[in-house]
Amino acid sequence: MKKTKLNKAHYILNGKMVEFAGWDMPIQYSGINTEHNAVRTTGGIFDVSHMGEISLTGKQALDAVQYITSNNAAKLNPGNIQYSALLTEKGCFVDDLLVYMLTENEYLLVVNASNIDKDYKWIKEKAQNFDVEINNESKDYSQIAIQGPVSEKLLSEFTKEDLYSIKYYHFIKGKINGIDSVISRTGYTGEDGFEIYFKSDEETASKLFLDLLEKGKKYNVIPTGLGARDTLRLESSMALYGNDIDDAHTVLEANLGWILKLKKGDFIGKNILLNQKNEGIKRKLVGFELTDRGIARHGYPVYINNKEYGIITSGTYAPYLKKAIGMTYLPIERTEIGAKFQIQIRNNRVLAKVVETPFYKRDKKI
Amino acid sequence: MNLDNFKFTKEHEWVNMEGDIGTIGISDFAQKEFGDIVYVELPSVGEKFNKGDACANIESVKAVDDIYTPISGEVIEVNEELNDNPENINKDPYGKGWIFKIKIEDKKEIENLMNNNQYNDFLNGIS
Repeated sequence: MKKTKLNKAHYILNGKMVEFAGWDMPIQYSGINTEHNAVRTTGGIFDVSHMGEISLTGKQALDAVQYITSNNAAKLNPGNIQYSALLTEKGCFVDDLLVYMLTENEYLLVVNASNIDKDYKWIKEKAQNFDVEINNESKDYSQIAIQGPVSEKLLSEFTKEDLYSIKYYHFIKGKINGIDSVISRTGYTGEDGFEIYFKSDEETASKLFLDLLEKGKKYNVIPTGLGARDTLRLESSMALYGNDIDDAHTVLEANLGWILKLKKGDFIGKNILLNQKNEGIKRKLVGFELTDRGIARHGYPVYINNKEYGIITSGTYAPYLKKAIGMTYLPIERTEIGAKFQIQIRNNRVLAKVVETPFYKRDKKI
Repeated sequence: MNLDNFKFTKEHEWVNMEGDIGTIGISDFAQKEFGDIVYVELPSVGEKFNKGDACANIESVKAVDDIYTPISGEVIEVNEELNDNPENINKDPYGKGWIFKIKIEDKKEIENLMNNNQYNDFLNGIS
């Protein structure tokens, strides 16, 4: 099993370790409920070093990024970040990702851990006609996410940089505990927070993780695992590749039309998506709540008028909202707020209704 | 909590017999392993089960687990309070966290279950 450079810290912290996408990762430390609510109210520290980083460098770096991703990377300036997607020719997902514009000729794509090899191969192949060098730097980068309302206060104790001036979806290069880092105001939790990317040895990476926790104690900041990461992202209605988005659903069907810029020039998947936009989609990803008792989970069958339609793409008990929520694809004519459908939970068929998303939205100050 | 009268299964359920009525729940070890319980699906009163049948479910935020009945018979009562307070299983697994009661058909089934000491030995063996 692969190990992040922070692996030792998880054992010191007595994390409950599981295999995730080939990595030895902590699913939880003190408990998912506790960790989830810590991020909503104070803060949590995640090791997300399993995520992938692929760099594109060269004269045609922007052209290559424009061709392989769906959003308009020409809008970026150095220091900007954009949520985007790698799409198939059919307009479906190879992966979703973050695009960091490092310098004029240098972009960093942050991709899902489970897709690193697939994405790297895909990008090498699709960008081969551009004057650009493509490197998989995933093994070199560690990534720590500091998430929650106290993130800025806590992280300020580790750097001289003015974190307050970093806006949401922006980053700076600076030192954290003396380590050269990309300090990014991003996250996958629905809270304010930072993601710190750096290249270091194991000892330095583990020490930073443990130091953040030590100094975070006074703010009730705790270590948080992949379990809470999943419930936090779902409570904030963020899609997860492999669950809610995949190579069988288009970016329009996934309700992510805002990362699709059809006027920007040629890119993979454009033609099919132009057609689909004109003709209209036939199904759409929605958020739902259970109106009956129970908890819907990934893979449970969805029924409409007693006919099986599909499956729940994500479902959980939401620890902060304290109710059962989830996401699924429904026929477009059944996606208005309040529309009802059924979910098979073991021997029972329970009622669910479409609700507004995001399920949870923080009060935005930044 | 005096557990002298409690019998345990390898699946970490307990049963406490009073006459021919067995009260069933999960062990302290099981609730700790499982974590915060957020939902319990109870059997219905009147349902009949054979020993080893899955007859209830407990769910944490991330996981679902079957509860198997350690004895055969008819469900005569369920702990409705768990509908509103599923965390009672975490807080008091041998008391307020009981799950259902079964009227036993064959008392011999009890003999094959572990007593508290044997169960602790079993836990030491697996941990």
